[in-house]
Amino acid sequence: MKLLVNFSRGKGRKPIIAQAVRDTGVLITVERAVIDSSEGEALIDVPDDQCRLVRDKMASLGANVRILEHGITFNESECVDCGACISICPRDVFSFDEGYRLKLIEERCILCGKCVDACPHEALTMPV
Amino acid sequence: MRKSIDQINQRIRDGNARVVTAEEMPGIVAELGEDGALREVDVVTTGTFGAMCSSGAFLNFGHAEPPIRMERIWLNDVEAYGGLAAVDAYIGATQQSETRGEEYGGAHVIEDLVAGKAVELRASSKGTDCYPRRTITTELLLEHLNQAIMCNPRNSYQRYNAAINTTDRMLHTYMGTLLPNSGNVTFSGAGLLNPISNDPKLRLIGSGVPLFLCGAPGMVVGEGTQHSPAGGFSTLMVTGDLKKMSQEFLRAATMTGYGVTMYVGLGVPLPVIDKEVVRATSIRDEDISVDLIDYGIPSRSRPSLRKVTYAELRSGSITLNGEEIRTSSLSSFRRARQVAETLKDWISAGKMELTLPARPIDPMRQVRPMHETVKTPRVLDIMDKNIVSIGEEEEIQTAALKLLKGETNHLPVINSKGKLVGIVTTFDISKAVANPGKATFVRDIMKKKVIVTTHDESVDVAVRKLEQHNISALPVVDAGNHIVAILTANNLGKLFGRWLK
Repeated sequence: MKLLVNFSRGKGRKPIIAQAVRDTGVLITVERAVIDSSEGEALIDVPDDQCRLVRDKMASLGANVRILEHGITFNESECVDCGACISICPRDVFSFDEGYRLKLIEERCILCGKCVDACPHEALTMPV
Repeated sequence: MRKSIDQINQRIRDGNARVVTAEEMPGIVAELGEDGALREVDVVTTGTFGAMCSSGAFLNFGHAEPPIRMERIWLNDVEAYGGLAAVDAYIGATQQSETRGEEYGGAHVIEDLVAGKAVELRASSKGTDCYPRRTITTELLLEHLNQAIMCNPRNSYQRYNAAINTTDRMLHTYMGTLLPNSGNVTFSGAGLLNPISNDPKLRLIGSGVPLFLCGAPGMVVGEGTQHSPAGGFSTLMVTGDLKKMSQEFLRAATMTGYGVTMYVGLGVPLPVIDKEVVRATSIRDEDISVDLIDYGIPSRSRPSLRKVTYAELRSGSITLNGEEIRTSSLSSFRRARQVAETLKDWISAGKMELTLPARPIDPMRQVRPMHETVKTPRVLDIMDKNIVSIGEEEEIQTAALKLLKGETNHLPVINSKGKLVGIVTTFDISKAVANPGKATFVRDIMKKKVIVTTHDESVDVAVRKLEQHNISALPVVDAGNHIVAILTANNLGKLFGRWLK
């Protein structure tokens, strides 16, 4: 399951991710992260059954944690099955079925947003 | 054996014509042989569904009361061409909205009309004795127009080159998003289903031939613009009634960073009159190859990295220099199939009969580049040959002195062999002076990734580099990476004196 973690890097500069790993013993995969001098946002992947544990730990360390239930939002009626998104995606979310219809494996999505710009038909949008 | 077009049409009318799609044809020929396929098959349908920028529609609005000779015309803030006398306009697919930019354009206006949505017409005129009115604003539906005739000057490309980007920057092109460092390949075209690929000698496709256009029956007008069969790039000019079209086969689109385009569904039915038609329509994706073009080169003549077939492109990845690179189609093979299938249904049901060209299309000609009479300014016209450079082993203070003496802000750095290896600016020097003790030599503070230009590069391309990288100077290098001059933002001022008079 994927968690979106937002934290400020004010006075404390706590090693939130490292601390959460040590305290919970859960191995976390950082899918992507943007961190600058004042704040950071990381998308992490954790096993489903330990998701709440990690979330609560990180929240107690001062991070704002949101469980991401969904990957990229797909509007099937706008899609024409061109496939422009397929080679752009770093996680192989998109492929064709035998009938050249576009299919998604949503669990793979890390919400990087690359496909949103690449889609000529505005069929892909970031979830709110 | 030969079949006449009349025989084929008689079978269509009788409801017993054998119609197949171009995708089915290779299998039929393999099974029955060419003679057997000629006897068995009467019509082969083709189809393609992809971005066809060169599209648009003539619209007739009728006369207003009091009447107006519309000179400038906007539809949902997208300007339409009004030089067609009073009551007509041509809305081009790629024209962009004056208020919404690349997210809405002529293609969207056309799709909105087809979808039954209201479109706002705004027009102005100088006013004449016969047409006194000066402005008009009204909401229109497609049904309010007397005629709405799609007429696309350049559609149905026979094939299209595949695109790749070898630079280290993401590119946004009409071939979609191209990842840096050859990160992906994009391509367009229906391969074995493409109309002209099934009739490359243009024996069957020509003026007056019926076709499927965006869900409506239409017609080939003749050769398309940029028609270039000599290189395998034939095109068609086509027309059809917008009022009969469907959104399923007509979609507005935006290629991010490039602009608006329109996805057009188009298919031509081909009568199987002789064995040559059988042979041509048995073409497979493996038989159709295109060049893989590096769109990182901002020039008309971009190098081809290799030939690739549609079979390879459609497989999901190709190899280049031993590396596997994923491919993306920009056109929809699924909808191309639907075009060919729909056309098959129409003909099987006797809704469309075939004709041979009333006027053939030249199957030999080669498109020419633009004849240019005014030379576009190149870097060598404005570059500064008085270059001050510095060795990478020199001290920072020497660099500071050189900058002062040379009255410049940019100091290209060369190695012992005279090759360009970096650049330092007054900013870099100031930073080094403000933090003393951290660095001593030029090589410690220089930027190693230097954006360069060459003497024969167009100034427009060089200016784009300056803008994209947010810098104010480009060293001009020769083929051996030796610095020959420098182009700074100051040099651009020369353009106003010499070129832009």
